[in-house]
Amino acid sequence: MMGAEFVPLSLPPMLIGTFAAIACALPGNFLLLRRQALIGDAISHVVLPGIVAAFLLTGMVSTWPMMLGAMAAAVLAVLLIETIRRLGKIEPGAAMGVIFTSMFAGGVLLLEMTDTSAVHLDVQHALYGNLESLIWLDATGWSSLLDPDALRYLPAELPRMAITLVVVALFIAAIWRPLKISTFDEGFARTLGIPTGLIGMALVTVAAVAAVAAFDAVGSIIVIAMFICPPAAARMMTNRLERQIGWSVVFATISAVLGYVLAGYGPLWLGAQDAVSAAGMIATVSGLILGITALAGPCRTRSGAPEGA
Amino acid sequence: MLADALLLQLGYNATLVAIGATLLGVAAGMTGAFLYLRKRALVSDAISHSTLPGVGLAFIVMVALGGDGRALPGLLLGSALSAWAGLLCLGWLVRRTRLAEDAAIGAVLSVFFGVGIVLLTVIQTMSAGKQAGLENFLLGSTAGMLRTDAIVIAVGGLAILAAIFVLRRPMLEVAFDPEYAAARGVNVDRVDLAMMGLVMAVTVVGLKVVGLILIVALLIIPSVTARFWTERADRVILIGGLVGGLAGYAGAALSAAEPKVPTGPIIVLMAFVLFLLSLMLAPGRGVLAALIRHLRFQQRVHLRQGLLALAQAQPIYEVRTRRLLRRAGLARADGVATEAGRARAARALRDEKRWEIVRTDPAHEAAAEFYDGLTDIDTVLTSDQIAEIDARIGAPKGVPA
Repeated sequence: MMGAEFVPLSLPPMLIGTFAAIACALPGNFLLLRRQALIGDAISHVVLPGIVAAFLLTGMVSTWPMMLGAMAAAVLAVLLIETIRRLGKIEPGAAMGVIFTSMFAGGVLLLEMTDTSAVHLDVQHALYGNLESLIWLDATGWSSLLDPDALRYLPAELPRMAITLVVVALFIAAIWRPLKISTFDEGFARTLGIPTGLIGMALVTVAAVAAVAAFDAVGSIIVIAMFICPPAAARMMTNRLERQIGWSVVFATISAVLGYVLAGYGPLWLGAQDAVSAAGMIATVSGLILGITALAGPCRTRSGAPEGA
Repeated sequence: MLADALLLQLGYNATLVAIGATLLGVAAGMTGAFLYLRKRALVSDAISHSTLPGVGLAFIVMVALGGDGRALPGLLLGSALSAWAGLLCLGWLVRRTRLAEDAAIGAVLSVFFGVGIVLLTVIQTMSAGKQAGLENFLLGSTAGMLRTDAIVIAVGGLAILAAIFVLRRPMLEVAFDPEYAAARGVNVDRVDLAMMGLVMAVTVVGLKVVGLILIVALLIIPSVTARFWTERADRVILIGGLVGGLAGYAGAALSAAEPKVPTGPIIVLMAFVLFLLSLMLAPGRGVLAALIRHLRFQQRVHLRQGLLALAQAQPIYEVRTRRLLRRAGLARADGVATEAGRARAARALRDEKRWEIVRTDPAHEAAAEFYDGLTDIDTVLTSDQIAEIDARIGAPKGVPA
């Protein structure tokens, strides 16, 4: 698998998958600790209506309007959930369930009612993404990585996902202290004068940025799985937030790389002909990692004390 | 066309599908109501997503055994088994590890869904799988549904309703107050399990009509909608069933009239419309009712403050107060009190003075709690108590007796 075709066919999707996984896992750590893990689920569902609406407004499948549309839909969903939660005095989980399913249904309906057969836009694509098709045809081998001519034709998703990852990481680093304090003890954070409401909203927004960018490249399954599984697995490994984030990055990377390899080459090893869905396989591997840590992680139990300590 | 569809005039199959969707909606609405009252609405999201691997595996097994991979009963059985596996994983993660329930839900739903997608791509590469159409299980599709499929769905819906009827008492007790139910000797764990079993059954029956991504909406939205209309747990369940049934019926009919409209999403949007109407219009908990309540409260405050101002011969500058006083016939357009206004004003001022005594006297501590500047004192104290307070206030000064 390390032959000449590795760089053009496998390296870009693998990198994109890894960047997407890490970009989602980073905010996922905080969402998990704040008991907002399902926000990622909600965001990844409402991205679809946002993209469809953007397509209907602009009439073309291009990246930026769709990203903006998805972003707007994500923010709208968060606002709507909050609004109906307050207006109707509905518990948060149910409010979320009402909004994201209805918006998703609206998106599917819009998509089916309008003629999008001419463009590459369908529900399946939104769900599983098209990681396998993000290939770099101009590369001839490892030397192409230093060849500016070939580099210009990298799949656009790769730099975009890399930039998203950097933005997400920088954001979390920038508000690290207030974010950490308000995640663990909101009351204490407020007495220190930290604007906890603003911090919470900023975290959800950055999660939405990561989700929208990743969704575009890899589909919504990876987004949901990476928001939750690597941080949850990391939580079984340690009691310290810094180490938890480190573990979650490791787990996200392993899931993305191993998942891609298993999806692309696994069936060949088993004698089958075609690859299976990389997005699905990455989610599966992240679930396996979570299963292993839940069985054997040092901090898996609720008391959180390492065994024997 | 639309009227025909709503009146079930589109032929035998469409009618059967509409009846099936209605029964499914009623069953989902009622089951979801138990779940909602138990505050575990989103568990259904995990259950529904974890049906997908079972659908794929059932297809592969049926083809491997030489049968038709698309046989609905087999697919439903497979989906039920894998939903059960998902539920076990969820329970295990919540009980044995430190993960909170929401994180466990997200983990189970994404991983099972991922496995299911892998299996779907495997099926696509199988020679028998080219026309499998298993993707229809994601979003539901009643177009081209076989008559036997529609019957399976209708019978499934009826069976779930029967199970709900049998289990309604223990489930209601557990959903409403688990500790009390346990104290009365109800086996809470087993009832919870039965509830999850019903959710699973709804999901499985609904796979073909609504699809596994959106079935969770049919479990959550009707019960949230029903909660607006009543404060009683048993009525939440009945109204939830009604809302679910209406949504299922209207959605299936619309989709039969306009085949381009996918069934699952339109059923969900019908439920959402009912939700929005309830959010706005429901008495008591609705937004409109709250708005009217707020306006009435403001009016009472304005009137009371206006009367107190009249009684003390102070000028009233607030336009709204003057308008309200004028409309109630208590003041003239120039702000001077009418005969009735003077009487009401004097009474308001006297009440205020009585309240002042009540609030400073520890003997009336309980009554003083009710003071909000608006309540008439004779709704709180007996006439004897008021006479005693009046004795302390003394006769009006400067007014000949």
